[in-house]
Amino acid sequence: MAPPSASLAQGVAGGGVRAALLRAWDSDIAASFRSSWVTMAAAVLTLLFCLAALFGPPLLPTDPFDPATINLMDAFTPPVWHAEGSWRYLLGVDHQGRDILSAIVYGLRTSLGVGLAAVLLAMVSGVAVGLLSGYVGGALDAFIMRVADIQLSFPAILVALIVDGLLRGLLPRQTHADLGLIVVILAIAASNWVRFARTVRGSTMVERRKEYVQAAQLVGRGPVAIAVAHILPNISSPILVIATIDLGIAILQEATLSFLGVGMPPDQPSLGSLVEHGRNYLLSGEYWMALFPGAVLALLVLAVNLLGDWLRDVFNPKLR
Amino acid sequence: MIAFIVNRLFQSVLVMLAVALIAFVLFQFAGDPLTHLVGLDVPAEERERLRQELGFNDPLLVQYLRFIANSAQGRFGISYQFSRPVAEVIGVRIPATLELSFVAAALALGLGIPMGVYAAIHRGRPTSRLFLAVSLAGISLPSFFLGILLIYIFAVQLGVLPSFGRGETVAFGWWTSGFFSASGWKSLILPAITLGLFQLAFVMRLVQSEMLEVLRADFIRFARARGLRDRAVHYGHALRNTLIPLITVAGLQIGSITAFAIITETVFQWPGVGALFISAIRTVDIPVMAAYLLLVGFFFVVLNLAVDLLYLAVDPRLRVRGGDGAGH
Repeated sequence: MAPPSASLAQGVAGGGVRAALLRAWDSDIAASFRSSWVTMAAAVLTLLFCLAALFGPPLLPTDPFDPATINLMDAFTPPVWHAEGSWRYLLGVDHQGRDILSAIVYGLRTSLGVGLAAVLLAMVSGVAVGLLSGYVGGALDAFIMRVADIQLSFPAILVALIVDGLLRGLLPRQTHADLGLIVVILAIAASNWVRFARTVRGSTMVERRKEYVQAAQLVGRGPVAIAVAHILPNISSPILVIATIDLGIAILQEATLSFLGVGMPPDQPSLGSLVEHGRNYLLSGEYWMALFPGAVLALLVLAVNLLGDWLRDVFNPKLR
Repeated sequence: MIAFIVNRLFQSVLVMLAVALIAFVLFQFAGDPLTHLVGLDVPAEERERLRQELGFNDPLLVQYLRFIANSAQGRFGISYQFSRPVAEVIGVRIPATLELSFVAAALALGLGIPMGVYAAIHRGRPTSRLFLAVSLAGISLPSFFLGILLIYIFAVQLGVLPSFGRGETVAFGWWTSGFFSASGWKSLILPAITLGLFQLAFVMRLVQSEMLEVLRADFIRFARARGLRDRAVHYGHALRNTLIPLITVAGLQIGSITAFAIITETVFQWPGVGALFISAIRTVDIPVMAAYLLLVGFFFVVLNLAVDLLYLAVDPRLRVRGGDGAGH
């Protein structure tokens, strides 16, 4: 009797997945997704960039960080549509003989990686502070929210720059290059935790008074367990929205820090550092070094921002 | 109302003390200050005497208070990179930053508000759509990339505008101004657009959305029902009521111009305070970093205070209630 029931179970499970997918496709969220071609284009673009960052490197003709594959003689080759261009280097070559397309893919990796890490860190710390502030309340809450208010009155990129500068000032000089990546992530996270904390704190204060929280208190669950296991799942959708909007901001901040020369160390160039290197050759007409990485960056940020805007409208039109 | 003002003043002082503490901590952790003052060959007892004399052995609180007193008098120490007093290094560069920020802010408010009003009143017209498209680009383009694009188009391809520097400046005492020479104005155009476009887009979108919201309100319908002309309804009623959110955001935006000026100045090698701050971070020039921190902190505190006071002037309800809610 075992085989038929197993296949039956399999069939039900398969049907269940299909039904769930169909239901998801028919849901309000999917409907609003399908109705906006801008959102769909943004999603496709974001997906393409992520795929390129994840699986792109093996497909590339050269590894810009492996000196063996670099030929200095090819330096300054223009993009393929110029007369002197070559099909090997679609978007041209930089001053050190590195293929721009390959450099962009590797830069995309750094930019997306640093952006995701910074947003995750900002999210975890912001959510923790917000839960604490909203659940405990009182003087602690007043203090935390005052700090948050003050920080919000400064522009985020300025906060990131100052934290970056502070960390650089406090660390011994030799460790800068080794810790460059961590300094950048910390600086960006420090400038972005406030929005998470404020939103979570507000929702927590509302949830705290609800019956299910009282019930959990009555059965003797501790405050940490209630906050994390009971309240957090109920307030997660605005967190997701903020995280998406924040990803665009974080990518832009990392690019800006790297462009200013206080971001990623030289051996891990991001899109921002590529633009910075290329800028020096702009005046002599070698535009491809700066403009292509910059255009990819602009498209990436635009696509992520459009997705974030759409998510915000879907989950909560009032959340601004 | 007085309680509100006193409360805000008190808060401003607290913020300044916190900023000063950050700057002070920076000095404390940045190694032995004596190494910057004396050579390696100075004997240990001489060092100890100097340390005592210069007050490096005092309790931290005393040193912190002394730091505040010195900063308040503009004594920030000697810049490591330039070996000159920090106040002098920064003072020389302040006019460049202020002039650039002023032109950018004027551009953002002077064009952003009318464009937003137009896009709200004439919804759906091609011109309004164009304005909105431009503003989307203005918000999404990374500001340093916009600067580079402008340099490539106007300096490299067309060759009509300079790509760096301030042009010819005229000195009035310690203030140097680029407003009085053709090359000064030409040099201002690209940086001002780079710095102002994001703010312009932001102001425009805000005015447009607020105005649309107000135009749906009952009192607007009532004004129309009374037979008021469109002009009176739009400018006398609707625009006035969009001013309150605009003041807050405009205040904060002017503040963020300081932050974005850092980027713009670096792109265009504009000899301002922002570019100085970046070079201070790169070279770990702590006195300059600390002074910049205090300067920007002070600027923001004053700006926030001004915004709060403007609220009182614009919204009579706050004056009656005492303004503890402040209508954020």
